[in-house]
Amino acid sequence: MLVLLRNPRREITVAGPLRVATLLERLGISRESVLVIRGDTLVPGDTVLDDGDTVEVRPVISGGCA
Amino acid sequence: MKCRRCGDAAVIEMRRHNAAFCSGCFLHHAREQVRKTIDDFEMIGPGERVLVAVSGGKDSLGLWDILLDLGIAADGLYLGLGIEGEAGYSRSSGEYARAFASSRQATLLEIDLPGAYGFDVPTGAVAARRAPCSACGLSKRHLFNAAALDGGYDVVATGHNLDDEAAVLFGNVLRWNTEYLGRQLPVLPGREGFARKVKPLVRLAERDMAAYCVLRGIDYIVEECPMAAGNRHLGYKEALNAIEDGSPGAKHAFYFEFLAKASALFQPLAEAERDENLRPCAECGSPTTGEVCAFCALVARATDPDRQEAARVKLGRTRRSRRSAPRGAP
Repeated sequence: MLVLLRNPRREITVAGPLRVATLLERLGISRESVLVIRGDTLVPGDTVLDDGDTVEVRPVISGGCA
Repeated sequence: MKCRRCGDAAVIEMRRHNAAFCSGCFLHHAREQVRKTIDDFEMIGPGERVLVAVSGGKDSLGLWDILLDLGIAADGLYLGLGIEGEAGYSRSSGEYARAFASSRQATLLEIDLPGAYGFDVPTGAVAARRAPCSACGLSKRHLFNAAALDGGYDVVATGHNLDDEAAVLFGNVLRWNTEYLGRQLPVLPGREGFARKVKPLVRLAERDMAAYCVLRGIDYIVEECPMAAGNRHLGYKEALNAIEDGSPGAKHAFYFEFLAKASALFQPLAEAERDENLRPCAECGSPTTGEVCAFCALVARATDPDRQEAARVKLGRTRRSRRSAPRGAP
């Protein structure tokens, strides 16, 4: 599957099938700090992603301390 | 994974609630959390006018959307900070704010900091020898408050969420900043020269607000502010998320148990500071304890031609100094 990452923006290929939670664990990303988006909707941690999927791992943390 | 409310397929899990929701039920949940927060903390009364501090990010646009859906009269104010970076951060964030306002047929007011006050945040912060986030926050607090008073708004609403408040609390506890702890509240009451300030998103996490915007189809600026990279606040959020990963609900408990059990202990310190003799700023008339308020002092330093030139050299900018625009309201 194709995985879009941000900050910096880049794409990586990961072999499926793979659960969303496992994908994030392998990437070393906290589940609290991102959303995983397939197509135009969100997918929860137990969703199985297939080889043909394209997913975005979108960070949700913003840093302004004002 | 099934939606806790209706049993349909879930799109998001909320581990701190031990629940998952489908799209429709999650949007309902988010609105109800905001409604409950507004009611519990008596943030906004019937018929009151609200000015939303809009950045173009997920929190402020999501908040504005929810307030409008709750039938609250809410206009937005976008502050152009002159932060560009590789992605044209301020230009891009302004476009998201305008697009949202247009889609909801809502009123968006705008202030352009460089145009109205003669400095952008990156240059002004160096010229005034402040951290960029400090100069940015000071400018926002002053200008949102002034715009609310000038425009006859009853309330300024900001998009501070649970993660923001937990991270600020974490930082204040690490240093035992007791005066700051005394005023870290979801509502700061209005008083002479200050509009009431409210934070209706404190029950919703940062992830919830991003999910809300995705599910509502609200486009927002995803890129991080280039000035914020590596700041202390982000480090606190990462630390708290590491705790939350192993102990869902930790952030919520940290913040809300503080409000319930500890906040009142620190409030006398904040009130004592608040009751210091205030007088009008010699430049803008805002209440201050000094001759001029902190914002006017920032403007004076940030627009000083020698300081600006030195700042541009330090920042590696080669363009000539622009002539400072006249000071005052836009």
